[in-house]
Amino acid sequence: MPKDSGIGASPKRREDVRFLSGTGNYTDDIQVNGQAYVHFLRSDIAHAKINGINLDAASAMPGVIKIFTGADFEGVGGIPCGWQVTDRHGEPMQEPAHPVLAQGKVRYVGDQIAAVVAETLEQARDAAEAIEVDLEELPAVVDMKAALADGATKVHDDLTSNLCYDWGFVEENKPAVDAAFEAAAHVTTLELRNNRLVANPMEPRVAIGDFNRATGDSTLYTTSQNPHVIRLLMGAFVLGIPEHKLRVVAPDVGGGFGTKIFHYAEEAFCTFAAKALNRAVKWTSTRSEAFISDAHGRDHVTKIELALDADNNFTALRTDTYANMGAYLSTFAPSVPTWLHGTLMAGNYRTPLIYVNVKAVFTNTVPVDAYRGAGRPEATFQLERVVDKAARELGVDPIALRRQNFITEFPYATPVAVEYDTGDYHGTMDALENMADLSGFEARRKASEARGKLRGFGVNCYIEACGIAPSNLVGQLGARAGLYESATVRVNATGGLVVMTGSHSHGQGHETSFPQVIAEMIGIDESMVEIVHGDTANTPMGMGTYGSRSLAVGGSAMVRATEKIIAKAKKIAAHLMEAADADIELKDGAFSVAGTDKSVAWGDVTLAAYVPHNYPLEDIEPGLEETAFYDPANFTYPSGAYACEVEVDPDTGKVTIEAFNAADDFGNIVNPMIVDGQVHGGIGQGIGQALLENAAYDENGQLLSASYMDYAMPRASDVPFYGVDHSSQTPCTHNPLGVKGCGEAGAIGSPPAVINAVVDALRSGGHDIHHIDMPVSPSRVWQAMNG
Amino acid sequence: MYNFDFEKPSTIADAVSALGSEDAQALGGGQTLLPTMKQRLASPSKLVSLKGISEMQGICTADDGALCVGGSTSHADVAAGAGAYPGLAALAAGIGDPAVRARGTIGGSLANNDPSACYPAGALASGAILVTNTREIAADDYFQGMFTTALDEGEILTEVRFPVPEASNYQKFEQPASRFALVGVFVAKYAGGVRVAVTGASEEGVFRWTEAEAALSGNFSADAIADMAPGEDGMISDLHGTAAYRAHLVGVLTRRAVTAAA
Repeated sequence: MPKDSGIGASPKRREDVRFLSGTGNYTDDIQVNGQAYVHFLRSDIAHAKINGINLDAASAMPGVIKIFTGADFEGVGGIPCGWQVTDRHGEPMQEPAHPVLAQGKVRYVGDQIAAVVAETLEQARDAAEAIEVDLEELPAVVDMKAALADGATKVHDDLTSNLCYDWGFVEENKPAVDAAFEAAAHVTTLELRNNRLVANPMEPRVAIGDFNRATGDSTLYTTSQNPHVIRLLMGAFVLGIPEHKLRVVAPDVGGGFGTKIFHYAEEAFCTFAAKALNRAVKWTSTRSEAFISDAHGRDHVTKIELALDADNNFTALRTDTYANMGAYLSTFAPSVPTWLHGTLMAGNYRTPLIYVNVKAVFTNTVPVDAYRGAGRPEATFQLERVVDKAARELGVDPIALRRQNFITEFPYATPVAVEYDTGDYHGTMDALENMADLSGFEARRKASEARGKLRGFGVNCYIEACGIAPSNLVGQLGARAGLYESATVRVNATGGLVVMTGSHSHGQGHETSFPQVIAEMIGIDESMVEIVHGDTANTPMGMGTYGSRSLAVGGSAMVRATEKIIAKAKKIAAHLMEAADADIELKDGAFSVAGTDKSVAWGDVTLAAYVPHNYPLEDIEPGLEETAFYDPANFTYPSGAYACEVEVDPDTGKVTIEAFNAADDFGNIVNPMIVDGQVHGGIGQGIGQALLENAAYDENGQLLSASYMDYAMPRASDVPFYGVDHSSQTPCTHNPLGVKGCGEAGAIGSPPAVINAVVDALRSGGHDIHHIDMPVSPSRVWQAMNG
Repeated sequence: MYNFDFEKPSTIADAVSALGSEDAQALGGGQTLLPTMKQRLASPSKLVSLKGISEMQGICTADDGALCVGGSTSHADVAAGAGAYPGLAALAAGIGDPAVRARGTIGGSLANNDPSACYPAGALASGAILVTNTREIAADDYFQGMFTTALDEGEILTEVRFPVPEASNYQKFEQPASRFALVGVFVAKYAGGVRVAVTGASEEGVFRWTEAEAALSGNFSADAIADMAPGEDGMISDLHGTAAYRAHLVGVLTRRAVTAAA
């Protein structure tokens, strides 16, 4: 019998009412009295020296308030990077300056040359066209390997080269790994590219800077996944505003997928300009602008090698990856190809020896940073592709080869620094095999062949590290921030609760799922709980939402605060019932004395807390409000097994997804409907990456797919109805809810299944193909089939 | 978007007059022109909407049996109302999405002559007559390369007359992002022979694949053009497909169109 409330129930998402009825409050909905508008003049050349900027004509245009250039930001801080990676020789990464507006050079198509603030947006755009910029074009560096060649043009003249870092992990393992390859009975090698993506949240980025001359306070309204992080980075490193004079508000946010984690120059500009002009300044990205100013994702070029012994046991893994950083280091860019990627290379397997090398490279392209999965999709894709290729080379069943090498004992310390607490990889594979109807596949393949189509089946596993993570560990790894989460639980006199969380919801459904946890703990109706997030003025310092961390870390902070509330409420109840604290039980929203029929309602206790006429004032304070900061002991490790069935039209190369099944182990689940939705969305994005999406640059650094005319987003008709199973549950051992995180799994687990299926289909048609790079567009498939 | 004047005349004569001013531009459904203006890539001084001209709306059958479609008729109306020419109705039903089909017009599409648009293939394969406020132009003379037509400045496409074929079919292979035709092939079989028009593939815009026409005119079956494909010279090569791929698709889609039509 499904529950209708509390943990495990699937109440409909309460926030959807306002999202679907047009009553949400997104950043662009905010109108600050007297606001002016900014339009950024962006470079249309990938790499150029700025010889001069003439603002005379533009400044005289109607409505222009002021035009800013890089010169206005001399002495102002640059956009900081939040993670410092140390290379394999012990040296810190090369870290270029990242000015708010370009100084001296532009380094990618989209780099901000000037900012026009005017009374209206159209006036700002008109004036921007009248700015005369003297750009001296320089050779553009686009290809990563060419960027590292001797004599390559440097993106940053003051760095020694275009190499950000050369990272080895675990460096001490390298000789043993190399020796294992020497001794291997079989080595499978695969070279591949993890295609560059544009996140494309439905809501483009928006920033409004406001300044209160009376108080000297600055406010930034912004489309952010983590307003406190923006406040810290922008206040401390860019503009020099102490946190008590700076408020950052991220109201309803229409999707982030990682690209709204980062601190962007536009945010700093609007905050800066509002103070300089004593006017609120608003910027709303156009969709075209988003393509060349939102941080991109992925863009790895990898060679991976898997060594096996004569019994098909994995003995070693070695990878060599080039990771594109773009022109500047976005907030968490250095961590993505390293600590979020190298640490996951063991996957679900007992491979004892692993060495990962990553060279991060500057190019004249949009900065690249975390995008749904962030490093883990890149790790999973290469690992699951090379395992599949190994199975084909060895003539063994891909599922059997995986099962043979599964980790089965937990906790399990991998050779790449992380320790998996729980998992049941055979369990998720069993669930997958049940869903995917493997026994019926040959009949389906024959039916496809009768229609002139090639049918393929692809499977893969994934492991991810979520709930990032212990602050002391990430500090050692180079994070320049803590990664705890916070919650304040405020109980009102009449019994309702407000949870002020440091997590941020931009589609995840926290306003629905978080109250389910509180309702379960106290035994009250979910409607009595309100979730407040996204405003540094009324939430405790929190680190925000990314890396599938909200419930595991933010939810745990909320549980800890609620536990404090319950402990205090029990003391009050004990006083009211003249019983000992230890005898008080809380059940179904009422406190009772064990072994008696004495009971007081939740509301009686909360009222007593605020109207303390009959109250143990000598022992406890009035009021009922508690805060907790939760810093987890470890990452969480969701895992799963995914399967994809495709049809390929051999005449055109077009791939259609005929079936997609996903078996995940997310530990305990609070709202199964929301979890299903997260998996559906993630798979949709993964299928998008595998079949459709491609942020492609030409050799001059022009983005070829800079609009929806050329950048293919997945649409409803591109994806099937998914099979989703969460019956395999091994609860996380170290957080109070036993939850693991589900936000990124679909995007991590789905691309290799798609490509494995396409390769399977083509091979069934007699084509000796081992790999096609994503996206497997019709033309690429046809090209592969026709040499 | 830059400022512009707007007029919505109710007669062709008034529209011609309104288009007489410098940099004035006719507006059909605005499905290409308005996005272009929003991106500040076009700056007409005046837009003259042709949507208010009742004599340019609707579908009828002429005495000679031709299907006549008013220049301002929307794709949705052609999809619903061109039952006499099912191949053309199906083409219209596959353009863009419902919103595009509700606003976009046949005249707008043919006047723009996007090299990946669907209607040019339908018009050229049908040997349509393109009627303007001043003359009648045969389709074979009308399409003059990418975004280029025989229309003079200020000339308005008022009606398109389609001879109705014995059999026809349009096959579109969609470009994955835009869902315009990566390649589209319209095959029309008339008593006098078969016409095959290809959109999306050529750098010169829509064209007739005459080798296939000759083969199909003798034997209207996919077998007649088995393994045939036009040369790849002059085919578009871009992110979504090489010239060789497009040339290959022309053959595939033509065979499919013939099979579907026969």
